[in-house]
Amino acid sequence: MSDGGVPYGRKTQKAPKISELHVLWLNDGMSCDGDSVSITAASEPSIEDIVLGAIPGLPKVHLHNRVLSYENGDEMMAYFDKAANGEIENFVVVMEGSIPNENLSGEGYWAGYGTDPATGQPIKTTEWLDRLAPKALAVVGIGTCAAYGGIHAMKGNPTGCMGLQDYLGLGWKSRIGLPIVNVPGCPVQPDNFTETFLYLLRQLAGLAPMIPVDELGRPTWLFGYTVHQGCDRAAYYEQADFAKQYGSRKCLVKIGCWGPTIKCNVPKRGWIGGIGGCPNVGGICIGCTMPGFPDKIMPFMDEPPGGVLSTNLIRPYGALIRNLRRLTDRQVDKEPKWRHNRAEYTTGYDPGRPEKQHPVNVPSFFRAENKPE
Amino acid sequence: MNDVAPIPQTSARSGKPRGTLIEKHWDPITRIVGNLGIFTKIDFQNREVAECYSTSSVFRGYSVFLKGKDPRDSHFITSRICGICGDNHATCSIYAQNMAYGIKPPPMAEWIINLGEAAEYMFDHNLFQDNMVGVDFCEKMVKETNPGVWAKAETTAAPHAADHGYKTIGDIMVALNPFTGEFYRETLVMSRLTREMFSLMEGRHTHPSTLYPGGVGTVPSHQLFTEFQTRLATYAEFMKKCVPLHNDLFDFFYEALPGYEEVGRRRVLLGCWGAYNDPDKCDYRYEHMSDWGRAMFVTPGVVVDGKHVTTDLVDINLGIRILLGSSFYDGWEQQEMFVTRDPLGNPVDRHHPWNQTTIPRPQKRDFEGNYSWVMSPRWRHPQTGEHLALDTGGGPIARLWSTALAGIVDMGYVKATGNSVKIYLPKTRTKPEVEFEWQIPKWSNAIERDRSRTYFQAYCAAAAYYFLQRAFAELAAGRTRTWTEFKVPDEAIGCGFHEAVRGVLSHHLVIKGGKIANYHPYPPTPWNASPRDVHGTPGPYEDAIQNTPIFEENGPDNFKGIDIMRAVRSFDPCLPCGVHMYVGGGKTIKTIHSPMFGVAHQEKP
Repeated sequence: MSDGGVPYGRKTQKAPKISELHVLWLNDGMSCDGDSVSITAASEPSIEDIVLGAIPGLPKVHLHNRVLSYENGDEMMAYFDKAANGEIENFVVVMEGSIPNENLSGEGYWAGYGTDPATGQPIKTTEWLDRLAPKALAVVGIGTCAAYGGIHAMKGNPTGCMGLQDYLGLGWKSRIGLPIVNVPGCPVQPDNFTETFLYLLRQLAGLAPMIPVDELGRPTWLFGYTVHQGCDRAAYYEQADFAKQYGSRKCLVKIGCWGPTIKCNVPKRGWIGGIGGCPNVGGICIGCTMPGFPDKIMPFMDEPPGGVLSTNLIRPYGALIRNLRRLTDRQVDKEPKWRHNRAEYTTGYDPGRPEKQHPVNVPSFFRAENKPE
Repeated sequence: MNDVAPIPQTSARSGKPRGTLIEKHWDPITRIVGNLGIFTKIDFQNREVAECYSTSSVFRGYSVFLKGKDPRDSHFITSRICGICGDNHATCSIYAQNMAYGIKPPPMAEWIINLGEAAEYMFDHNLFQDNMVGVDFCEKMVKETNPGVWAKAETTAAPHAADHGYKTIGDIMVALNPFTGEFYRETLVMSRLTREMFSLMEGRHTHPSTLYPGGVGTVPSHQLFTEFQTRLATYAEFMKKCVPLHNDLFDFFYEALPGYEEVGRRRVLLGCWGAYNDPDKCDYRYEHMSDWGRAMFVTPGVVVDGKHVTTDLVDINLGIRILLGSSFYDGWEQQEMFVTRDPLGNPVDRHHPWNQTTIPRPQKRDFEGNYSWVMSPRWRHPQTGEHLALDTGGGPIARLWSTALAGIVDMGYVKATGNSVKIYLPKTRTKPEVEFEWQIPKWSNAIERDRSRTYFQAYCAAAAYYFLQRAFAELAAGRTRTWTEFKVPDEAIGCGFHEAVRGVLSHHLVIKGGKIANYHPYPPTPWNASPRDVHGTPGPYEDAIQNTPIFEENGPDNFKGIDIMRAVRSFDPCLPCGVHMYVGGGKTIKTIHSPMFGVAHQEKP
């Protein structure tokens, strides 16, 4: 070190545009807390990376999440109160769980978070959302329930619950112009959330442009592709080789997998540390990231309606390709005949003619021309 | 009016006259899953909790919206009840569906499910114990609540320092500080490793992708089991440090705070519904349930005052009663009875889950009337007819107690002796083989619930060694089928019994016209977090916290309620399937000499 102990390289480090950020996590929508639990599984980045400031240039993060909070009860809720009263300038709201329709709960409530000191009654989760959303830098929906309603918004539900954009309105923007950011999944894939959150931190720090999301608030780099496009069983589909029972290694589309049409990256990313997933490990895709989940996919274990047509169309093509590949496989599954332990050259090499060339013989109709694309 | 007992006019422990009561509440209770509030009245003169109410403020309505759905969807849907042990629900639902469809999965499927569920217990207890409960015992918390205890911890040598590497109890407490503590962070990393193990077997955590009625979609292979085995070895090595560390920490609390055994203590009223089916015995037929239930690798049972009332799942099933009394629901006396006799011909009660109809009625919270979205499950003692408010003690203490007493389980790696459970972990990278022995404790209290949790983590690691051995044997024999085909009958009933991470779990299913006519899951927390029932019997949290002594050094003004928090968290509350403590701004209420608070319960079933 030089210059009075200041390292030379420190000039690479810039202070973030905002120095501190509070994350107010509304756990008590109608949720199972599965998304909070899920983020403890993340490693890209991990929750410790975010809270302990492992990544330089980002604001210091104060996380107020019921599942992980050191404080209890009113001590924890004090942060929510302060933010709602304008005493915390920079905060992000993370909504977890479906948002109940409290117009239907009469004098009672479907979901409350904390106790109102004046009345002794629970404070409705929707009241918190009403008070916090207008002052937040961003509102983020974690999991399909918060994003679109999810399981608890299923047909026949008694609570009339919904997702963030049903509640705040499609096209809602935060006071600094951010749309609702939704990271769906039931539960959310751990890294999908922390990575999106990291993007937001970078944006708020002034290190990244506006977060790219689609019209339903999903980060495009995570949800711009289908399950099928990332599935290692898609090759079985291509060859029209479909599983008839669970436990098979083949494509699961005939026994309930919706992968070809569902926007989700899980088969590609795996579930945790690259391990697990859905169709890639034998689990049918039930479309849990989608706004139409679950009703439009149930009953889950039946073939998707569109699957009958598409799997029949691919059968002749698949049968042909499968047979052609079998032919090729038969060839490459054998060693060349010149490999042996006899005292003679059969490789084509001639000690008397060391200058001789040895081109590989390939039937010309199988060979693509080496044309530049 | 109910015959709710008034707050006694004298302290239950000291016999001295009741002091001034101060209301304190904690809403929400943090570091648990789900919404729970605990509301108390505290007698600071006698340093004890005089009264406690437990409440949950969230309703979602699973039993309502399941009606009319395809029964094959039920495990996918009920998994979403809980975000930390969703897979326990999915598994239990599959058990109930297997019974209803009359099928038995291939043995390989059962070993895969047992391995997945073992990984779930290893993960979940681990995360809860040291990232949530552990914070109540960390340096920061102990300094804020009991500076005297912290001073002693700093100079007390840890008896098992050689096993876990922390020289003093104070060092252990520092290691438990949230995020900055070394052991806290190591636990987080272990919680990921175990979730990898889980995902190998069940696809994804917490809502599995590969579980089906009839078996699993997981493809068994040498790679699959090897990937599990290498991770299991890492976890087993961690356990060899984790168990002695917790013994040192918990033993220290008894020593530093004489009388600490009274914190969270209640009568021994434990329920365990059994875990890990044995495919050699289990055919999912109700008629044989007594036998295959006893063959489970965690023995089901109801333990009252230290003795088994039963180990028979049929008795357990028939004794379940869902009571109201303080909950936001209407009674269902006028609704349809779905099951009047079980398949053995035994009568089934109207308040049994098979016959329940959930009718939500949102209303204001009133601690003298209805105050929770949680109902009051009870278990009717077949001899005395009492409706017992059984608890699960957060799961492990009940499982170990029931298993130990029964003396049936013998996997080699785990052996129940009649009064203890021996747990064997073979050699790992840097540590030799170890045998731990969980002994039936003297009390059902906060510390022993927490201690049992750590032992049960080791139990599951040992059991996983056994399950792996069996899975490898199936693989070697070429028996790799994992699924049995089935047809959904037009009319059928089923029940599933399992242990969710934090205790008893049952799913009751009725199928009519090929659709779900009735579905009622009963996870552990309704048992533990239940409010006062129609008979006035408080739920286990309420009961365990009432009369709990206060050891915290803070007075009413900066009271944190740490002893109450430890008591509540020892039950591993998980309220998607809760407790709130209420510190009502330190408002003083008058000394109660006559029945007042909580006596005006409405007459409800």
